[in-house]
Amino acid sequence: MRRCEPSPDEDQPRTDALEEGTCENSPKEDAVAAPPILILHSPGTNRDAEAALAVKLAGGDPSIVSMNDLRAGAASMSGFAALVLPGGFSYGDALGAGARLALELRTWLYEELAGAVRSGRPVLGICNGFQALLKSGLFGEPGAPRRVTLTDNANGRFECRWVNLRVEPGCRSGWLRAIEGTLIRCPVAHGEGRVAVTDPEVVRVLEEERLVAFRYLSEDSHAGAEQVAGGRYPANPNGSVADIAGLCDPTGTAVGLMPHPEDHVVDWQRPGGPPGGLGLAIFEAFVDAAR
Amino acid sequence: MPANHPGTRSGGESGVPVRIQVTSSDDPRAGRIVEGARLLGVTGLVACRVSRIHYLQGDLTVADVDRLCREVLVDPVVDELVVGSPAPTPHPAVEVAPRPGVTDTEARELERAAAALGLPPVRASTARRYELIGDLDGAAVSAISRRLLANDTVEQYSLDSIPPAFDTPTTAGARVDSVGLSGLADADLMSLSRERLLSLDLAEMRAIQEHFGREGRDPTDAELETLAQTWSEHCMHKTFRARVRLEHTRADGSVTGVYYDGLLAALRTVTEELAPPWLRSAFDDNAGIVAFDGDFDLAFKVETHNHPSALEPFGGANTGIGGVVRDVMGVSARPIACTNVLCFGPPDLADRDLPAGVLHPRRVRDGVVAGIGDYGNKLGLPTVNGAVLYDEGYVANPLVYCGALGLLPSGSHPTEPGVGDRIIAIGGRTGRDGIHGATFSSAGMDEATAEQAGTVVQIGDPITEKGCIEVVEEARDRRLYNAITDCGAGGFSSAVGEMGEHLGAEVDLAGAPLKYEGLEPWEIWLSEAQERMVLAVPGDKVETLRRLCARHDVEMTDLGLFTGTGRLVVRYAETPVVDLPMDFLHGGGPRREMIGRWADPTPEPAQVPDADPARLVLDLLSHPTVASKEAIVRTYDHEVRGGTVGRPFVGVRADGPGDGAVLKPLGTWGHDMAVALAVGINPRIGRLDPWAMAMHAIDEAVRNLVAVGADPGRVALLDNFCWGDPTKPDRLGSLVRAVEGCLEGARRYRMPFISGKDSLFNEYAGEAIPGTLLISALGLVPDLHRTLGSALTRAGHDLWLVGEASERLGGSLVAELLGIGDQPVPPAVEDPLRRYLAVHRLIAEGSVTAAHDVSDGGVAAAVAEMAVGGRLGVEATVPAPGESLVVALTNEAPGRLLLEAPRDRRDHLAARLSSLGRRIGAVTAEPSIRIDVTGPAAGRKPVTIDLDAAVRAFTGRGSAPDGRP
Repeated sequence: MRRCEPSPDEDQPRTDALEEGTCENSPKEDAVAAPPILILHSPGTNRDAEAALAVKLAGGDPSIVSMNDLRAGAASMSGFAALVLPGGFSYGDALGAGARLALELRTWLYEELAGAVRSGRPVLGICNGFQALLKSGLFGEPGAPRRVTLTDNANGRFECRWVNLRVEPGCRSGWLRAIEGTLIRCPVAHGEGRVAVTDPEVVRVLEEERLVAFRYLSEDSHAGAEQVAGGRYPANPNGSVADIAGLCDPTGTAVGLMPHPEDHVVDWQRPGGPPGGLGLAIFEAFVDAAR
Repeated sequence: MPANHPGTRSGGESGVPVRIQVTSSDDPRAGRIVEGARLLGVTGLVACRVSRIHYLQGDLTVADVDRLCREVLVDPVVDELVVGSPAPTPHPAVEVAPRPGVTDTEARELERAAAALGLPPVRASTARRYELIGDLDGAAVSAISRRLLANDTVEQYSLDSIPPAFDTPTTAGARVDSVGLSGLADADLMSLSRERLLSLDLAEMRAIQEHFGREGRDPTDAELETLAQTWSEHCMHKTFRARVRLEHTRADGSVTGVYYDGLLAALRTVTEELAPPWLRSAFDDNAGIVAFDGDFDLAFKVETHNHPSALEPFGGANTGIGGVVRDVMGVSARPIACTNVLCFGPPDLADRDLPAGVLHPRRVRDGVVAGIGDYGNKLGLPTVNGAVLYDEGYVANPLVYCGALGLLPSGSHPTEPGVGDRIIAIGGRTGRDGIHGATFSSAGMDEATAEQAGTVVQIGDPITEKGCIEVVEEARDRRLYNAITDCGAGGFSSAVGEMGEHLGAEVDLAGAPLKYEGLEPWEIWLSEAQERMVLAVPGDKVETLRRLCARHDVEMTDLGLFTGTGRLVVRYAETPVVDLPMDFLHGGGPRREMIGRWADPTPEPAQVPDADPARLVLDLLSHPTVASKEAIVRTYDHEVRGGTVGRPFVGVRADGPGDGAVLKPLGTWGHDMAVALAVGINPRIGRLDPWAMAMHAIDEAVRNLVAVGADPGRVALLDNFCWGDPTKPDRLGSLVRAVEGCLEGARRYRMPFISGKDSLFNEYAGEAIPGTLLISALGLVPDLHRTLGSALTRAGHDLWLVGEASERLGGSLVAELLGIGDQPVPPAVEDPLRRYLAVHRLIAEGSVTAAHDVSDGGVAAAVAEMAVGGRLGVEATVPAPGESLVVALTNEAPGRLLLEAPRDRRDHLAARLSSLGRRIGAVTAEPSIRIDVTGPAAGRKPVTIDLDAAVRAFTGRGSAPDGRP
């Protein structure tokens, strides 16, 4: 773990707010060196520190790198084995959630991003990071008009609550395969998280192509007894079509989801209920794939 | 036309701006507008089509506009695009745009997005369009426009296509006027104070006149404004620093005179008496600071933003959060959580009861809630604790308390600017916004206020503040500054004036980055534009800070330096603007002598009407002050930063009420200790007895903390007084009594006040709000695994009640509901620490499985809330203090907690609690809550409430077919 030294001369990536250990978990020990993982930070990003902590607990070596440093050439994506786009309100989401960040990804970072995906380096977009990845076009056919989006929650409000998720069995993502079918519990916290499509046919295509990575489950689902939310609020907190909570790109390397698995990496973070369902499982699969 | 932008010219600098209209299919805002119209009594609106409008002015080709639309403005899945004039519609269309000068982050982002696409420079402005579908006459359209869609203070609307509102530069700058004071008579001094909105009284105006008489010149406009800001109630706390005499008439008719050499000094004295070893800083800085775990300290501050929220609820609350977060940054802390307590008029207030010029409480509430959520969520801070109260006393003057908690490494906050340090401003640009905010909040409001207040009310820009948070944290860790403060009321004038108080400072305003051209120097100096911090930075560290700012897109400006001359000297390039000695600025204001009068109430206990107790308990549960706040609180992110252990909602369906927040700060995961936050507030008691209000509010905050597992031996308190005009002796009398309650409470509970704030002049057309004291409490939970919720956990467990009931109903919700008027208030707790320490030990050792404080609605409501959270039944028998069953169930005596504990801990709890508490019953698997009484009221039929009915009453669910909150 690298820490920010109080040296006035060096401008290095931020790795603050991370621990050497925690009250319950310590980083996954592994003979293999911890893969370096980039946590992308743009103005308005938050939950970057939690994402970094989750990566670290899963055995990775996180660095929070600012968009402006990448742009200025002070940092580069090339040395990293995987990329996380964390949650937040990039550029205030003033033009729609993730729209401006998506523009940046498309206009000057696309080659690096697409290159990472082509070379099999896993990419994980959470909440605002998912919105930006999706709107950048990375999840669709290159050049074709986008047919899936993330838009206003059905109730028109920002919504914060814990939900049940399932890692969708048979999803195309290679790195999620290790945990397919797993029930994950974690919070959502978003105003524009409703998965919407141009027409119902698109859902069928997503399912056929095995691009659905996560679905919302019913409130009383538990490990061994999972049931999808069936569109019902609050289990499906935003009215997403077909209870879709997350998707992957056609290669399966890039995965995005609206809920926040990085907020459930140790047991005490869970608000009661049955044990298990740690979001850490997603980061462990992610870091393993980055080795 | 630039050669690299071929195509048809679309909109020139001098040409007509391009209009872009984007409409989302099934925009959920439409449904809320229809519902809002229905609540206004407009039934003809059946649907609404909402569109976003963007105006662009610049040298753009058609292809450029098309590209901008495709790349950023239009989502191809849900959006429809119209470029140019809107298509004709048979329905009335209302378009709403921000007034010029009002923060429009959407327009600024659009300009930046255009630049990112490599397009020529554009100016953008935005608007919203609402097509109102249904059977509406002109009056209905006007009502919807004025009362739902546009707020005249910051927006304009048009029943047609609205013209774009670009910020218009005005021709001005570098003009400094001198204001003739010499020879003015008293009456003229006072009319000058009024005309310039200085809010200075005669003694203060005379002191200024004498000072400049000695200097042999007249003050400049900026000097006069600087003095008015620095000496304002808002900045100087004139009332809390005044010499105050209280004429106190006791219940027996005797009159005593009590003299205070400053109310603030009195509060400080008690803190100094208590002086716990974990206290780091109290009352001295922007926020109070206490030790956390040896490595880190905690900073806590609560502010109010009442007047701005009354006029522009979204912006007022938005900038309220922004401001208090900057207070915490001003002690070098990383903000880690937000709190808020909101007091509104009744949501169902009839239109005829709404005073002229006042926004309806529902609109105030919806705007305030949206403003709080918008800012806290975008800062990435969990909004974890608070309260919402509804009372007729707040119709014209809502209260918006905003709190922020921060974390800083112990000893990392530098407070000594050095001679020669640069004065560095970071963050937002300066505009005309917020001018006179400090003096505005130091006067009452009336019908005309909204019209004068256009520049006072602001909309925030949280992303700019987010950047500042990151810059300040890193700058602190790299020791790049010697002092820091926020730009709050009074802007640069207060920030530089306070930071340089013991040194002197020299400032050149010509370099300050402006939102638009044309500000007079005094306006730049006094502007209260948001999201700005001022740092004292040694010259050799300025460049490092500049690089850090660039990384986070934060603008940074060098304004001047701290000098050591003891004078505050401000120039605009070569033009002198201000030249004042610091000691006159900070010490030249005359101290006020004030008189307060208070007579203790002597109400007789009223006959309690016979009411159906089961019905009454359900009415209490569904009272807006008691009922679930899910519809509000779930719009706040309370999970971000991953450390929320004690949540606003608890229980198997996460819909039972949480008593306090428990947080495990990121960066402190190496041990099990956590932070707890809770509040206490009760204006109903305050109307009867402000001393008792203070005692009861402290007790409520503390028992909420104890209920979630905090140690009552390590609690710090914050006070926030919202009162009416303190120059009126009755208002001041009740304020002094509340302060006396705080002094007694701090001593009796052995809990120091570490910070506080007063917001006075909360009056509308001569009517004061009920004096309202908010107590915010900060505690520590020794082990986060021993944090409790209020929800019952298991059938078969015992239910225990700690504390005694009272026959007195004064200040209770049931008295309000039954309309039984003034009543004696239940006595304050005599020996609170003994019981709270006993309960805490039981919780800390793991003997208790749920705990809930007894407050609004009394023991029956509290038991029902625990049952709702756990979806379990209760069989209980509570002691009755008198013959009335209603009183036994609903009295709000302080000092009471309900505990759930396993049966095998029964003897242990009995031994530990002894006479402090008793076992009152058991948790059952039956879907009912059954409460019997012992004592004089025994033998009455027990009260039985169906669990489902209690769930419906508390959560409000069942009323909406889809089950949405």
